[in-house]
Amino acid sequence: MTAVIETAGLGKRYRTKWALSDCTLSIPAGHVAGLVGPNGAGKTTLINLATGMLAPSAGTIEVLGGRPIDGPAQLARVGYLAQDAPLYAGLPVADHLRLGAHLNPGWDADLARHRVERLGLHPRQKAGTLSGGQRGQLALTLAVAKRPELLILDEPVASLDPLARREFLQDLMEAVAERQVSVVLSSHLISDMERACDYVIVLVDSRVRVAGAVDELLAAHHLLSGPRRDPASLPDRVEVVAASHTDVQSTLLVRTSGPVLDPAWTVSEVGLEDLVLAYMKQAAGPTPRNSHRRLEVRK
Amino acid sequence: MIEFHLDGRSGVAPYLQLIHQVRHALRLGLLREGDQLPKVKDVAAGLAINPNTVLKAYRELEYEGLAAARPGIGTFVTGTLDGGSLAAHGPLRRELQRWLAKARRAGLDDESIEALFASTFRSASEDAEGTGRWAG
Repeated sequence: MTAVIETAGLGKRYRTKWALSDCTLSIPAGHVAGLVGPNGAGKTTLINLATGMLAPSAGTIEVLGGRPIDGPAQLARVGYLAQDAPLYAGLPVADHLRLGAHLNPGWDADLARHRVERLGLHPRQKAGTLSGGQRGQLALTLAVAKRPELLILDEPVASLDPLARREFLQDLMEAVAERQVSVVLSSHLISDMERACDYVIVLVDSRVRVAGAVDELLAAHHLLSGPRRDPASLPDRVEVVAASHTDVQSTLLVRTSGPVLDPAWTVSEVGLEDLVLAYMKQAAGPTPRNSHRRLEVRK
Repeated sequence: MIEFHLDGRSGVAPYLQLIHQVRHALRLGLLREGDQLPKVKDVAAGLAINPNTVLKAYRELEYEGLAAARPGIGTFVTGTLDGGSLAAHGPLRRELQRWLAKARRAGLDDESIEALFASTFRSASEDAEGTGRWAG
């Protein structure tokens, strides 16, 4: 399957500070991919590079197989919703739709009008007087009505209350089901992504800590608890993501391709939130694959 | 038509929850052969879940022979899980209700009742499995 976003050694420097460095990733098409990571991990910088708002200082980035800004044809293929749903506060709803129709060759006027009606927005209402939830919905309408192949959303629900957040995600999922558009969205709210995303990329310090289809990641990770022991004594095919120990007990979050057979362990499943947090907490440095060699165990 | 719901704290993957709910509805006779399952788009929009999750659940049901997709129309129930035993549910339920009342009179609380049922159920299925093996 082709990639919607593919980067190699991608970096962006502001004067002396690197906001993103040596970032290599590939996000496959046909997914709602969640880009998660702590603040400052480089999520927004990556998104700005993918939408062509920024030019890379190092490395390469391809979006839908082309350069981010490669003429109007390429721009028409990508819909982008920036943080805080930027709209023109003084412009009425109807003018936003007219603007969208004039700026986008593939504009779906029926879809835009239908969505605005369903949201209960009055065409003459100015965008500045809309609630946060309504602004988000109107901005999403503009991005979807453009009929892009890829929709990039930067923290789309972070500023919304729980009800508006759910409504936004319901709307987004309906659009995905109807139009089969690929989506890349960034968020630091993992609970929101749990339902909406079927692919997740954990970005920490510019680096991809873990990436994959959510179902596969959940199936491959287990939480083990049992009598205290050295994680290094585990078989090689078991990769320790996180470990904590008391004087008598060890609790490990592991990634493994096969079942855990050792009867000393109590095995339980891991939720997406715990899994992502475990990867976020991992110390930077060596690759995760060798992480169990670095873990120290008090004897 | 049934309506799906999701328990975010159950720890069960959403697509499995959808499958369980279809199987459950089939067992209880809420869904019958020929009934249409909710449209993927409607489930995705209603629950704010990824349409691929719904598709995955429906594909699994197709694989189990319980549902079939008609392109452009939707997914329909093609199998049944009641095993012709739906008529027996009423009397069994009444017997179980009598048993529950008896358990409460004996002073068991909800948790003890569940534990007793689960452990009896487990040992009964183990017995059945054991006899099956030795008989064979």
